[in-house]
Amino acid sequence: MKKTTSDLGMNRTGIATSPVDSADIIQAAQKRQPSHLGDDSLILKVRQQYAVESDGIGSVPPPTSLKGSNSKPTVFIDKLGERAAFERSGVRLYQGALAKFEVLGSWEGGPTREGLTRILNDELSHFGLVSEVLTKLGADPTAMTPCADVAAVTSMGLPAVVSDPRMNLRDTLHALLVAELTDNAGWEMLIELSRGLGHDTLAERFQLALDAEAEHLTLVRNWLSAGVTLEARATPVPRAEAGPGLTPTV
Amino acid sequence: MALDIFKEKGVPLDRQVFTWKDLVRRPYSKLDDDAFTRVCVIYMNGIMADALRTKHAIARMNRDLREPLALVRRVEQHEQTLINWLNPPDQTPLETTLGFEQVAIEVTASVALREPDPYLAQTYRFGLLEDFDHLYRYGALYDRLEGKDPNSITQSYTDILAGRPTSVEHRNPLDDLRRPYDKRTAVPLTKLHAMSITAAENQTHDYYMTVGPFFSDPVARQLYAEIASIEEQHTSMYESLLDPDETVLEKLVMHECMQVYNFYSCLAYEKNPRIKEIWQRFTDYELGQLHHMIQLFQQVEGRDAAEILPKTLPDPIGFKEHREFVRKTLNQEEDLASNGPDYVRMADLPRDHRSFVYRDQLNSDGSPSETVAAGYQWTPGTELAARAQRMGSVLEGKKVH
Repeated sequence: MKKTTSDLGMNRTGIATSPVDSADIIQAAQKRQPSHLGDDSLILKVRQQYAVESDGIGSVPPPTSLKGSNSKPTVFIDKLGERAAFERSGVRLYQGALAKFEVLGSWEGGPTREGLTRILNDELSHFGLVSEVLTKLGADPTAMTPCADVAAVTSMGLPAVVSDPRMNLRDTLHALLVAELTDNAGWEMLIELSRGLGHDTLAERFQLALDAEAEHLTLVRNWLSAGVTLEARATPVPRAEAGPGLTPTV
Repeated sequence: MALDIFKEKGVPLDRQVFTWKDLVRRPYSKLDDDAFTRVCVIYMNGIMADALRTKHAIARMNRDLREPLALVRRVEQHEQTLINWLNPPDQTPLETTLGFEQVAIEVTASVALREPDPYLAQTYRFGLLEDFDHLYRYGALYDRLEGKDPNSITQSYTDILAGRPTSVEHRNPLDDLRRPYDKRTAVPLTKLHAMSITAAENQTHDYYMTVGPFFSDPVARQLYAEIASIEEQHTSMYESLLDPDETVLEKLVMHECMQVYNFYSCLAYEKNPRIKEIWQRFTDYELGQLHHMIQLFQQVEGRDAAEILPKTLPDPIGFKEHREFVRKTLNQEEDLASNGPDYVRMADLPRDHRSFVYRDQLNSDGSPSETVAAGYQWTPGTELAARAQRMGSVLEGKKVH
């Protein structure tokens, strides 16, 4: 069994695995002309055509009451719905990370149980905070808003990495890093939006959440970085040479 | 040594048991395992899906067979699960699709080469060139949608080239039907081949119908719609090779024999011990199921199963590359079409032939398979690798090396 992600093994995905066969199929591919003229832009043209005909993925459920009647209230509800959903899914990500931590252990400078648990609890409380705000605004915190859906589609791979038992704690931290990066940007945007709509008190509460998220990001990045550095030190890897050597040879 | 299916009794049906943990095992590695390990997994999932499908269809029309079929079917359900769950979760539906087409090319090529009946062999070569084109179209989609190299899945075994263009494969339903083998004169290998390829193509159709809607790109959705339609044609074509006059029990016995043959073929190929052990176990399970079915056949029909079964199994299917054969077939038969059950040169059909009318209608709003692969030539590392190489490394408009 391989101990780390980057241990040498029998990876067969590159053309260098089978130089004779590869040379043969490359030659055949060069000899045979495509059946139709054009290039990769045709796919994009069809996509554009469908985009023009599309009417979006769905709508924001109408709130019963909302401050600031001269603005479009659904935008705020939509973004709040996105944050609530993201924080809720974040809890599941950290539960998965903790489960891996328990069975696989950590490394010097790596995640601790306390650290992971703290972030998990923060995500849970942020979910609670946004749900409470949604309720106060007369919106339904259980509804899946379009932005929540887009964010979930965007981050579809995150729970896939965390829940895959073949992917280790370092792989999981990579997924958490992606989550924290987008989470930080999400809170920043929500704070700007709140201020713009005159919800200053809300913006202040959201700022506390952003402060916590910024700490999460630092923690996760440092844990991951320590893990990668340590792994690189433990196993000598061939030095990559810059230049034409990167071009596949057959 | 060839397997004597009369002597080898396998594992009795009541000892073919599973647990959930047993069914959900460590999958093969998308990165490290050989492409033919994936080919076998995808292929055998198709074989077992057909075992269930065939028995369900028969159970819906036959009161007496319901109980014995239910018993075998439940085991087959779990065999199929164990096999299908060997596909790893980091293998996306599009990557699995590339695997499906590699199955359709390499397994059909092996079958076409060994098929003793020239008409059936012709039919396999005909279908082969169409699936060969599908790999190229999906390969272009994989490159152009996700920026990935389809050869990382097919591992330099299989050419990624245009075959008989998918856009001309659309035919009037009556031009997909073929003449069946004659159960009295066909050798067992002919029957095993026809059942195997029918099973594989039917599963390919079902897979595309399931995963097609998961794609967000409209061309990808269209391409799956288009190729699923061809797989439906292929299922119709291959199943029409089966003699409809075989009795139900004759079909059931041959189907079990076909399953034994295919597991035995995978067993002969596989090098990964974890997977090989599964092929051994299921060869033994299928032998048990075959004998269960033979007993039923002899009871009900009062005939000796040796009348229909081969004494020993034929040579295993060749899970290996067949590039030379496929290229030769492409060179000689790319322009074939069918007129009813007969093969003709496409140019010899009148312009108002029913299949042309049919295909022109379907393609009249654009052709997804032409759109996706317009100007596409497979290049190692994706077509972007060649483009990047031409560009070189550029920083703020200046070359950095």
